Amino acid sequence: MSILVNKASRVIVQGITGREGTFHTEQMRAFGTTVVGGVTPGKGGTTAAGVPVFNSVQEAVDRTGADVSCIFVPGRFAADAIMEAADAGVKLIVAISEWIPVRDTIRALRYAREKGAVVIGPNCPGLTSAGEAKVGIMPNYLFQEGGVGVVSRSGTLTYEMVDELSKRNVGQSTVVGVGGDPVPGTTFLDIVKLFDQDDRTELIVLIGEIGGTDEEAAAAYIGGRTGKPVLGFISGRSAPPGKRMGHAGAIITGGEGGPDHKVQALRDAGVEVFDTLGELAEKAATRVRTPAPV
Amino acid sequence: MKLQEYMAKGLLRAAGVAVPVGRVADAPEEVRQIAREIGCPVAVKAQVLVGGRGKAGGIAVAKTPDEAFEAAERIIGMDIKGLTVGKVLVEKGIEIESEYYAGLAIDRGRGCFVLMLSSMGGIDIEDVARDHPSAIIKVPIDPAYGLLPFQVSAAMFAADFQGPLRDLGRIITGLAAMAADNDAMLAEVNPLVVTKDGAAMAADCKVDIDDSSLYRHPNLAPFKEETAEDPLELLASRQDLPYVRLDGDIGIIGNGAGLVMMTLDIVRQVGGVPANFLDIGGGAKAEVVRKAIEIVLMDQKVKAIVMNIFGGITRGDEVAKGLLEAASTMNIQVPIAIRIAGTRAEEGRRLLEGSPFTPAADVATATRSVMSAIGQGAAA
Repeated sequence: MSILVNKASRVIVQGITGREGTFHTEQMRAFGTTVVGGVTPGKGGTTAAGVPVFNSVQEAVDRTGADVSCIFVPGRFAADAIMEAADAGVKLIVAISEWIPVRDTIRALRYAREKGAVVIGPNCPGLTSAGEAKVGIMPNYLFQEGGVGVVSRSGTLTYEMVDELSKRNVGQSTVVGVGGDPVPGTTFLDIVKLFDQDDRTELIVLIGEIGGTDEEAAAAYIGGRTGKPVLGFISGRSAPPGKRMGHAGAIITGGEGGPDHKVQALRDAGVEVFDTLGELAEKAATRVRTPAPV
Repeated sequence: MKLQEYMAKGLLRAAGVAVPVGRVADAPEEVRQIAREIGCPVAVKAQVLVGGRGKAGGIAVAKTPDEAFEAAERIIGMDIKGLTVGKVLVEKGIEIESEYYAGLAIDRGRGCFVLMLSSMGGIDIEDVARDHPSAIIKVPIDPAYGLLPFQVSAAMFAADFQGPLRDLGRIITGLAAMAADNDAMLAEVNPLVVTKDGAAMAADCKVDIDDSSLYRHPNLAPFKEETAEDPLELLASRQDLPYVRLDGDIGIIGNGAGLVMMTLDIVRQVGGVPANFLDIGGGAKAEVVRKAIEIVLMDQKVKAIVMNIFGGITRGDEVAKGLLEAASTMNIQVPIAIRIAGTRAEEGRRLLEGSPFTPAADVATATRSVMSAIGQGAAA
């Protein structure tokens, strides 16, 4: 198995007729994801990237039985798109959109939680279960099936990590990018708990960065359980306090979000923390079963 | 986007919050005029977005309009931590009886805004949080309902606020409304004062507006230029390139915030000191790469550049093209080393064959090569 998405996932794309929406829908289909439709108000009845387009999420869900939505609409409309998906009963909402005002995000996440939906992101690369389904924008060629679960706040760093693993023939179960915004729908803690329950995942890789306390929250949980081994990495270790390093969420303010505290919290929880992704991948290679030759 | 004090107080005043009488000015003569109108003593306060402006001599108290003129002559044009003072806020002096703190910020753990109150006003709240965490009362705000009156009242009692509680409560409510209406990520009144004659007032105010929301606040857009913390950061932001100036001499360019942060870390690990953070983002074309190099080189401290590209949506060959384009149109005097991996990395590396830009296997190697070219890090 894997977490959150798999071969049975039925995915719709909100904002499918935009440039990014169309391109990444094609990529998701090429990966093997079952994309059953898209939504762009006013373009219902047409097709895009080879799938039918609907005017509303409700209509798309009614007609296709979709249970996952991937959102590409521009930031100013994205919070509404999240709420529309939650209202239509979509259970997993993956918000790729960046530049969502944080007050809108907070409202949309509260709404989604009330409706029982899980939100990944916003401002994230999405998630991929190797060999099963990809929802988001991660490059298709990176993945190899296996037992390492990866969770990260950064997009490119996720790609680099997966590349380092695959290069060493270390496959992945599910790779999740939770996003770089100050208030994410899903945190490291949520994902680590899911990996703990997942049969396929043998080893967990956590790629954190400066800002917030999500790494610490995950560490508190990891330290209190006996489960799968966790390997860690924290980026931004040389970043000066008070400077926002690209991600809206990557900023050290006051006593919060500094890298040393995160590294220490993870180490105290028994997580081995590495200085480079290459070293982390080397270690991972010694900890998981070598996959059967293809 | 952080707002200058006078802008933040303007928003507070519009939300019905009591602030000291005053106006902003950019010329000493104007300052003298304002001092005459509002009556002395006045405070003349430099409008810069750095902490410690008082210690740097950016705040003066004047007993007469002429003294205000002299203070303004000294402060306007003054350099505070690398920023030139363009404007001063002239305010009627107030006599303070007690100082409190009121702020609204995102609680990232809870995923909502919180109201924070403390009776330890006038000092940096981060210091209070570190040394006296129990002196800060925090109230989570439900996004569906906003800050409720009973929450404000209960928090004031819990924080041991004394004096005109109804007026203090009005300021807190006004602050929260202003923060919500203007999409503030952070809004704090510090100190929130009670004057000797019993009036409650926002004596100083800090506001940081959510950049993602600026499209719906056309009234704040003109402040964008004025609030830039660094001229190069402003230039880069006009090109939609996230750039942060740092204090070293090795320029850094990469794609993706996390990857660039990691690049800074690796450069440090091998003994180099990064001059900046610059993220060219996903899918950057050659033109963007050229602009990025241009911006990095505008920092006179930069002696070398390290580029780190992991191609996802970004293509290695596009980045290589941008680098070659930059080299042909600009007179680049500094060594540049580049590490390309991922999508079309091989094509990118091939394009760079025979150019002065040798692709390196990893960031550490790239950094060492430029460092030795500029005579650094022989020991590393």
